[in-house]
Amino acid sequence: MRWIRQHLIGAIAIVVLLYLFLPIAVVIAFSFNNPESKFNLSWNEFSLDAWTQICGVPGVCSAFVTSVEIGLISTLFATILGTMIAFALVRYRFKGRSSTNLLIFMPMATPEIVMGSSLLALFLNLSFPLGPVTVMIAHIMFIISFVVVAVKARLQGMDPRLEEAARDLYASPSATFRYVTFPLVLPGILGAALLGFSLSFDDFIISFFNAGTLVTFPIYIWGAAQRGIPPQVNALASLVFIAALVIVLSAQFVAWRKRKSLSVR
Amino acid sequence: MPGGVARKVEDLRLVNLTKQFGGTKAVDDLSITSPAGSFFALLGASGCGKTTTLRMVAGLEDPTHGQIFIGDQDVTELRAFQRPVNTVFQSYALFPHLDIFENVAFGLRRRGVKDVDDQVIAILELVELSALARRKPSQLSGGQQQRVAVARALINQPDVLLLDEPLGALDLKLRRQMQIELKRIQSEVGTTFVHVTHDQEEAMTMADTVAVMNAGRIEQMGHPAEVYELPRTIFVANFLGQSNLIQGMKVSTGDVVEVSANGLGFRIPSKRNVAPGQSIVIGVRPEKIMVLDAHDESKLPAGHNRIYGTVTDVSYTGVSTQYLVETPWGQSIIAFEQNSIVGDRCELGDPVVLGWAPEHTFGLDPAEGLNAGLDHAVLELESDTEA
Ligand SMILES: Nc1ncnc2c1ncn2[C@@H]1O[C@H](COP(=O)(O)OP(=O)(O)OP(=O)(O)O)[C@@H](O)[C@H]1O
Ligand SMILES: [Mg+2]
Repeated sequence: MRWIRQHLIGAIAIVVLLYLFLPIAVVIAFSFNNPESKFNLSWNEFSLDAWTQICGVPGVCSAFVTSVEIGLISTLFATILGTMIAFALVRYRFKGRSSTNLLIFMPMATPEIVMGSSLLALFLNLSFPLGPVTVMIAHIMFIISFVVVAVKARLQGMDPRLEEAARDLYASPSATFRYVTFPLVLPGILGAALLGFSLSFDDFIISFFNAGTLVTFPIYIWGAAQRGIPPQVNALASLVFIAALVIVLSAQFVAWRKRKSLSVR
Repeated sequence: MPGGVARKVEDLRLVNLTKQFGGTKAVDDLSITSPAGSFFALLGASGCGKTTTLRMVAGLEDPTHGQIFIGDQDVTELRAFQRPVNTVFQSYALFPHLDIFENVAFGLRRRGVKDVDDQVIAILELVELSALARRKPSQLSGGQQQRVAVARALINQPDVLLLDEPLGALDLKLRRQMQIELKRIQSEVGTTFVHVTHDQEEAMTMADTVAVMNAGRIEQMGHPAEVYELPRTIFVANFLGQSNLIQGMKVSTGDVVEVSANGLGFRIPSKRNVAPGQSIVIGVRPEKIMVLDAHDESKLPAGHNRIYGTVTDVSYTGVSTQYLVETPWGQSIIAFEQNSIVGDRCELGDPVVLGWAPEHTFGLDPAEGLNAGLDHAVLELESDTEA
């Protein structure tokens, strides 16, 4: 009984971790496969082909680059706009503030399929040519919501005394923002940007409606799935996973280094 | 002071300062002068406007009326960052993203001081925190954070340093220690300190001047001993320490006011009386009262005010004995007697006579009601015994 109690949590944790990481492990493993047929579904033999010729399949790399570009640009604009909206909502009392607060949530609450199709209808009505611009407009729209929510939470959670202390210590309004407010809100902004990028990178439904002839990475995979997904896709997906892992680990490492340098003192 | 530059110290003057929040007057027509280099304590119950007053001085709140002078300069219109005033906030408000060194250096850097290292190191030494310069605020104890907050304000050599209950979060022992430290720092740097507290003992021991505040107004202001010995309102008598108050009527006036209360006669030097009309409240501090067995009344000096009663409670506290004595008219009088008296203490149920000198009596205006300031005093006692 005691033994079970002591080990139960550990056992559950292992099961959950397996549940989370098994699919990723499979994706990575199959990037080293040399598939028999067009479908990379059963293990045939070990091969580095997908990694050495990562762009070996036509279109896969350009789709990947397109998604990264769209992700970066959308995130940049959405982060700047969202941060400013969050400041306005928290710091200023203006007409329509509460309705803005509500409307900001709409993109998060609306089903993607509804948003994608209605945006398409809008662009067609305006005879706006579909392409990277329309995809970015759509992405910026839903990323903004996440940025506003994250930055707003951070701002509201901030002790107003800190800014007062800064003013009391000879910081002009702009210096207060630069040396106190912004650094304190920055983690929220960065977190929102990271989330925004991954949302944009992996968005399929909204992009699919508004991409026209543009092929993003998810759209490429969807198309490839009909014909058989080449192991290059697995290799690229593994790269993305590794990049995410590196970001998380380096953040942890920085925090750990800080703690350690402090305890030495 | 770091740098060791002699500099002029300025006094702080508040003139008819008023702050209205919607319908409530948080601060009501306040006029205070805190002389240059003095330690001024603002004492009052919760919500009486102490923080609001400090915030107006710091420039974090705009007064509805009135002016603030530092030396000869009217700073009422200056923004917070332009005033030669720094604040130690009640919650410290240390910047969590900066280490201790940068927290302390913040004010100097904002004013464009190039080489801050020597000054920061010197002030950290003054508050004995040099070893922790590279820690973040969250890694310090409450007392250490408090000292950082003081250092961060003091390093700027402000004309006036405002302290908003900086010791409120500390336990009793640390609080006493910090009080001594603050007082030492103040006499070392000679800055004008305005210290807000609702710990009356803290105010009395630290300040050159105390001001007792009630509902946005100053009730009384002066040297701590002066305010304690001669309270001018019932609120002050009850709020600052304890008082026995007895309602009566004036019988005659002159150099000495004679009062009749509950069939007994009392005498008060008229300069210790502020009651304008016939009706008067006489007061005496518990430690001024002698407690004697009724048979020993002859030992009381002639001319002493006296009350007869029965002991209903005796508690021995080491340094003193506290008596509760019930009078024939049903009032409980509290008396502290030092345990230096040779002989027997009075015991429960003993008939006793209480006596005190007319010079220890004060006369107050009864208009406020006998309980003004009492709730707070009781709370204060309770929180003290808890600590
Ligand atoms: N921003 C504000 N808006 C409205 N009312 C306020 C505001 N700030 C303070 N008040 C009111 O003004 C009065 C005085 O508040 P203040 O903070 O100055 O009290 P205090 O003496 O510092 O009390 P404490 O000892 O509890 O800190 C209170 O009644 C409070 O409710
Ligand atoms: Mg306060």
